[in-house]
Amino acid sequence: MAAPFDLNDDSVVVVIGTGAGGGVLANELAQKGVSVVALEAGGRYLPEDYINDEWDSFGQLAWVDPRTTSGDWRVAKDFSGLPAWIVKAVGGTTIHWAGASLRFQEHEWKAATTYGNVQGANLLDWPIDGAEMDPWYTKAEDKLGVTRTGGRDGLPGNNNFKVFEAGAKKLGYKEVHTGRMAINSAEYDDRLSCQQTGFCFQGCKWGAKWSAAYTDIPRGEATGNLEVREKAHVARIVHNDKGKVTGVEYFDADGKLQMQKARVVCVAGNSFESPRLLLNSASSMFPDGLANSSGQVGRNYMRHMTGSVYAVFDKPVKMWRGTTMAGIIQDEARHDPSRGFVGGYELETLALGLPFMAAFLDPGAWGREFTTALDMYENMAGMWIVGEDMPQETNRVTLNHDVKDKWGLPVANVNFSDHPNDIAMRNHAYERGTAVYEAVGATRTFPTPPYPSTHNLGTNRMSENPRDGVVNKWGRTHDIANLYISDGSQFTTGAAENPTLTIVALAIRQADHLAKEMAAGNL
Amino acid sequence: MTTTIRERKLTRRELLKSSVAAGATLVVGAGFVAASDAAWATETTAIKPETMATLIQMARDIYPHDHVGDEYYVAAVKGYDTADKAEMIEAGIAALNAAAQGKGFASYLAMGWERDRVDVLRAMENSAFFQTVRGGLVTGLYNQKAVWPLFGYEGESYSKGGYINRGFDDINWL
Repeated sequence: MAAPFDLNDDSVVVVIGTGAGGGVLANELAQKGVSVVALEAGGRYLPEDYINDEWDSFGQLAWVDPRTTSGDWRVAKDFSGLPAWIVKAVGGTTIHWAGASLRFQEHEWKAATTYGNVQGANLLDWPIDGAEMDPWYTKAEDKLGVTRTGGRDGLPGNNNFKVFEAGAKKLGYKEVHTGRMAINSAEYDDRLSCQQTGFCFQGCKWGAKWSAAYTDIPRGEATGNLEVREKAHVARIVHNDKGKVTGVEYFDADGKLQMQKARVVCVAGNSFESPRLLLNSASSMFPDGLANSSGQVGRNYMRHMTGSVYAVFDKPVKMWRGTTMAGIIQDEARHDPSRGFVGGYELETLALGLPFMAAFLDPGAWGREFTTALDMYENMAGMWIVGEDMPQETNRVTLNHDVKDKWGLPVANVNFSDHPNDIAMRNHAYERGTAVYEAVGATRTFPTPPYPSTHNLGTNRMSENPRDGVVNKWGRTHDIANLYISDGSQFTTGAAENPTLTIVALAIRQADHLAKEMAAGNL
Repeated sequence: MTTTIRERKLTRRELLKSSVAAGATLVVGAGFVAASDAAWATETTAIKPETMATLIQMARDIYPHDHVGDEYYVAAVKGYDTADKAEMIEAGIAALNAAAQGKGFASYLAMGWERDRVDVLRAMENSAFFQTVRGGLVTGLYNQKAVWPLFGYEGESYSKGGYINRGFDDINWL
């Protein structure tokens, strides 16, 4: 049967969410002839719709449905209702992402073994490793057209990169380049090359950056095997008395409750909505929520150790010109406990426009200490810090029964506090980032606090033993054979690298697994 | 929006004659606030012109940019001149003036040094009024497209073909 599919068609795989995990999974399954209904909470926006304006774009794309926050992270104070800066649209946060596409380092798959006992951290080894993931990473890099892989050239460096690179070289850093980016340095896969426009975070109007919105989604739809239902907000996953999931209840674009039957359900709503959905699907058989016999659903929330360093120089930089994040220093990504922390971090160029710089440089600040920084906006350079943070059981997504969304469903509360290892790593990174800019004559530097999270990981983590996590090495929940997790919430640990490439690689691999399992009659 | 003197059909002389000084750079008259050089004027409807003048000064003291003219601060706070917000603004500015009077000044605007005004603001920075005004300015001031060039920011670039041929890598001092 070809798309669109009937609500009572129980042969379909239902994929919830259409971003890096769900969008890729839906297309990969469709290419293999599997019937897929993808339910997407947001609407559809394509390159011609994207807006080169930070606040207008935020209004168009951002997930701003209510959420609450707690814990000692500064985001809970400065942006209490906005713990994450992610996208609600067909294609999900692949519209907004910067494009940095890095493989995990080998040791990062085995964090518990490598780092040993870190007090307060709930570390665990992944049940997979770099050798297992190598072919899937290669497929992901080819799909995304990642620069500096597969014979593809790197991007040219912009002004912000040139400052960053000059400082890095003066400090003796060796692994410094314009990154492995899912942004075309030359035309590739029917997508244009980068025009150095800036506004990568607002959706690439040239389509030079890979996004599921205009690659995987329409290609999946073209097979006739994929139906994407937009503005479909999933409320609950339902199951039968044998403990198998049988379908998904969702509010359609008109606010009417619908029920789509399913053979398999794959959850890919990002690390807040995915556990929220499992918890909101509690039943008499599963009173603590679906797939939660371990008690780990919602726990071990990771957001990467982040922060930024901005610096002012005595001459113009114009950092906003060109690719937002094409620049990286990888020397600090290694595991070297002599620095006073386990794990490592990447330094990556980053630029914000004036409106977002005003909002994020030092949230809540006012007066001349703040405004004299903005006065030098044209002379600013900037970098982002992204490092491995420690999973902690108490950093978790729970249901806030006191706050309901517009459909009357309890919203996600996100509780997060830094681990001492996160703080030690951030302070090291601030010092190193500052040194990079001072090496090329910065007159003033700003160790800038983390923004609302874009890397949300770990709340349905992968584990060998069902006692320790929510899903197995295929993303299949330990408790329910036909329920899968397909987004970054399945990350066992976060590693130092931007997560999208790994999410995509896992989705391609999961699609292969699902197709084989269905063909074998196991699902 | 700020209105020009011409729209108000007042000559510069008439405007200055019908107004009194309010702080260093502003004058107020019946239903309007203007620059003391009469370069621009803005009418008030729901709040008192003295209140608007104080609010403009407060906005500048929160986010002082000496190369940004008052008219941009006016645009950032003009939205408070509505019936539903007037009570909150009048009360907040009254508290500001009371604090200034507690320090021996006639009013907030009568404090000639920014340092003294900032002391008053620091003492009330956790109030809902202050946080509303400050939070509103983050977008009200910095998201004005007319302000961006004053900071060198170039805004939208897609329609110009990006910067690939317009200086994305033109830095020349490294």
